[in-house]
Amino acid sequence: MPSNDSPDNEQIKEQTDRIVPSLAESPEPMRSTQDTRAERQMLTGLSAKAAKSLSSKTPTQLAWRKLRKNRLAVLSLAILIVMYLTAFFGQFIAPYDYTSQDITSSFRAPVTIHWTPWPIVYDQTSHFDQYHFMIYTDDRSKPHRLLFFVHGTPYKFLDLFPTDLHLFGIAGNDKVYLLGTDQFGRDYFSRILYASQISLSVGLIGISLTLIFGLLVGGISGYYGGWIDDLIMRLCEVIMSVPDFYLLLALAAALPPTLNPLEVYILIIAMLSLIGFAGMARIIRGMVLSVREREYVEAARALGVSNFKIITRHIIPSTYTFSIVTATLAIPGFILAEASLSFLGLGIRDPMASWGNMLSAAEDLSSLEQHTWLLIPGFLIFITTLTFNFLGDGLRDALDPKSR
Amino acid sequence: MIPLVLGITLVSFFIMHLAPGDFLTQMQLNPNVKPGTVERLRRDFGLNRPAYIQYLYWLRNIFEGNFGYSFSYKQPVFHLISQFLLATLLLAVTTLVFSWAISVPMGVYAARHQNGFIDRLMSIIAFSGISLPGFFVALLAMLWAQKTGWLPIGGMESPNYDALSPVGKVLDIAEHLVLPTFVLGTRELAGTMRQMRGNLLDVMNENFIVAARARGLKESVVVWRHGVRNAMNPLITLFGFDLSGLLAGAALVEYVMNWPGLGRLLLSAVLSHDLYLVMGSFIMGAVLLILGNLVADILLAVTDPRIKLN
Repeated sequence: MPSNDSPDNEQIKEQTDRIVPSLAESPEPMRSTQDTRAERQMLTGLSAKAAKSLSSKTPTQLAWRKLRKNRLAVLSLAILIVMYLTAFFGQFIAPYDYTSQDITSSFRAPVTIHWTPWPIVYDQTSHFDQYHFMIYTDDRSKPHRLLFFVHGTPYKFLDLFPTDLHLFGIAGNDKVYLLGTDQFGRDYFSRILYASQISLSVGLIGISLTLIFGLLVGGISGYYGGWIDDLIMRLCEVIMSVPDFYLLLALAAALPPTLNPLEVYILIIAMLSLIGFAGMARIIRGMVLSVREREYVEAARALGVSNFKIITRHIIPSTYTFSIVTATLAIPGFILAEASLSFLGLGIRDPMASWGNMLSAAEDLSSLEQHTWLLIPGFLIFITTLTFNFLGDGLRDALDPKSR
Repeated sequence: MIPLVLGITLVSFFIMHLAPGDFLTQMQLNPNVKPGTVERLRRDFGLNRPAYIQYLYWLRNIFEGNFGYSFSYKQPVFHLISQFLLATLLLAVTTLVFSWAISVPMGVYAARHQNGFIDRLMSIIAFSGISLPGFFVALLAMLWAQKTGWLPIGGMESPNYDALSPVGKVLDIAEHLVLPTFVLGTRELAGTMRQMRGNLLDVMNENFIVAARARGLKESVVVWRHGVRNAMNPLITLFGFDLSGLLAGAALVEYVMNWPGLGRLLLSAVLSHDLYLVMGSFIMGAVLLILGNLVADILLAVTDPRIKLN
C-alpha cells in the first residue's frame, strides 16, 4: 500500500517551492523561461536601466505596484473596505435595533423609494389574501420624507458612546423597511448590518488565531523535530483525517445551550481555528524544515541566539508571504463555515443575527417563494467570499517573487 | 492507518462527552416516562460509567465487528450507516463524473486559449463557483424546482417509488439526482477547471512537447496524448482531497435537499446525542477519506506508467 502521506508531502513541497524559490530544485517550467531571461538581462547589463529601477524598490512596493495593475483585485479590495466600514458603522447606519419586533408588519416587502426629487416612502396598509399571506400596499395619501441624521432608537456606538443618531429614518412612529422585514417584523436591513459585524469579523479573527497557532506549532514542530514533531504531526493528521465539517458539527453540538451570545461567538471562532490550524501547521512545518538548514539560521545558532528567538525572528518571517496569501484565501472558508453552522442552528442563535442564521428562514420554500428578499444574506456571503478569493489570487501573483 | 483511526475515535468520543447530557436526557423531560425507567436505561446502557470505560467497551465491540446500536433509529449502527452511505456515494460519484466531464475539456480549452475572452470569462465563472456557499445554491435550486416544477423538490425517491417498475425506479432516482449533482458539481467543477488549466499551461512548456511538435505530430495529438495525459496526474492526486470536501459540502446540501445521505444522518445523530451513530459516522467519514487517497494512488499508478506500486 502506498504511503498515505505522499500527496500531502508533495503538496507541501509544491507550496514551499513557490514561496521559497531559491530552494526549489526545479522551478515551475512556465515561468522559468521568463525568469532566466530576466536574470540574464540583469547579469549582462543589457537592460541596466530596468534593473536599476527594479532594485531601488522594496519588495513590498513592488508587490503593491503589481497588485494595483490587477483590476479585479483592486476592485475586490475596494468592495471589501466598503463592506467592513459599513459593518463597523453598522449601528449608526441601521435605522433600528436588530431585536425590535413588530408583529403587525411580518414579512413586509422591501419598500419602494419614490424620488420626487426628495426621496419619499409611503405608509402601507395590510390585508390577508386568499392564502392567508399578509399583503401590504402603498397608501398614497400618507407620504413620508426620508430624513437623514435623525434621532431614533438609542444605542451605544461600539459599546462605548451612548447616542441615538441614525443615518436615516422617517419622522413619527412609522418605520421605513428598506429591505423589508422578517417573520417577526424585524427590520431586515438593520439585521443584515448587525449580522455583517459577526459574519465579517469571524473570518478575520478566526484566521488570525489560526495563523498564530499554525505558525507557532508548525514552527516548533519543524524546528525541534524528534518526538515533539512526531506527536504534533500525528495530532494534526487525526484532525485532518475527519472531514472538517463533521468535526465542526460534533464540536458545535457540544456547546451547551446556556451560553450567552458572546460566548457562543468566541467558542465558534475557537472551533474554526482549531480545525483550520492543523493544515496550516503542517505546511508551515514543511517550510521550516527547509529553512532550518539555511546559512542565516546556522549563523544565528552559532551566535548563541535562543531557540525561541530563532523561530520567531528568523524562521517565521520567511513564511510571511505564504501566510498572507493563505490567510486571504482561507477567510472565505471561515465565513462559509460560520454561515453553515448558523444556518443549521448550531452557531449564532436567534435573536442574534448572522448571515447564516438569517438564511435559515429561507428554508421554508413556500414562504421563500413569496418573500424572495430572504435570500439577500446569501448574496452578501457570496460577494464577500468572491472578493476575498479575487484579492487572494491577486496577492499571490503580486507577492510571487518569480513573476516580476 | 489503524493508529490514525484509533486517534479519530478517541478524539470524537471525548468531544461527544463534552456535550451536556446524553440521549436519555430528552427522555427525562417526557412526562410519560417514569423517572426510574430513565435511570434503569442509563445503567443498562452503561451511560453512568466514566467516559473512558465506555470508550473501552465500545472499542472492544468494534473489534468484534459490533458498531453498536442507534438510540434514535433503534437499528444497528452498521446497518444504518451502510444504508445512508450508499446514497452519499451515489451522489459523490455522479458529482465527480459530472464535474470532471465538464471541467477537464473546459480547462484544456482555457489553457489552449490563454488570456482570451473565453479564458477570462471562465476564470471569473470558476471563482464564482468556488465562492458560492453550497447550501445557498441548494436553496436557489430548490426554489427553482418549486417554481418551475420541472424537477422533484428534494428527496431521493418519489412517494410512489415502491410501486414503480425496476426501470421506473432507476429513472426516478436519476431524476432526483439531477439537482443535488448540479449543486455539488458547480463548486467541484470550478476548482478542477482552474487546476487543469494551470497544470496544462505548465506541461505545455516542457521539452517533450516541443519534441512532439518537432516530430510533426498533429496538434490535437500533442495536446491530448502528450499534454493532457501528463497534466492529469496532479489532478488525480487531488481527487483524494476532493472526496473530503465533497463529503463535507454534501452534508449541508443533503440537509437542504433532503438527500438521505451520511451527512444528514450525522447531523441528526449529533443533534440527538446518538453517541454510537456519531462515532460510526466519524469512522466511516475517515475511512472514506483514507480510501479516497488510496484510490487516487492506484489511479495514478494506472494512468502514469512511471509510477510503480509496491
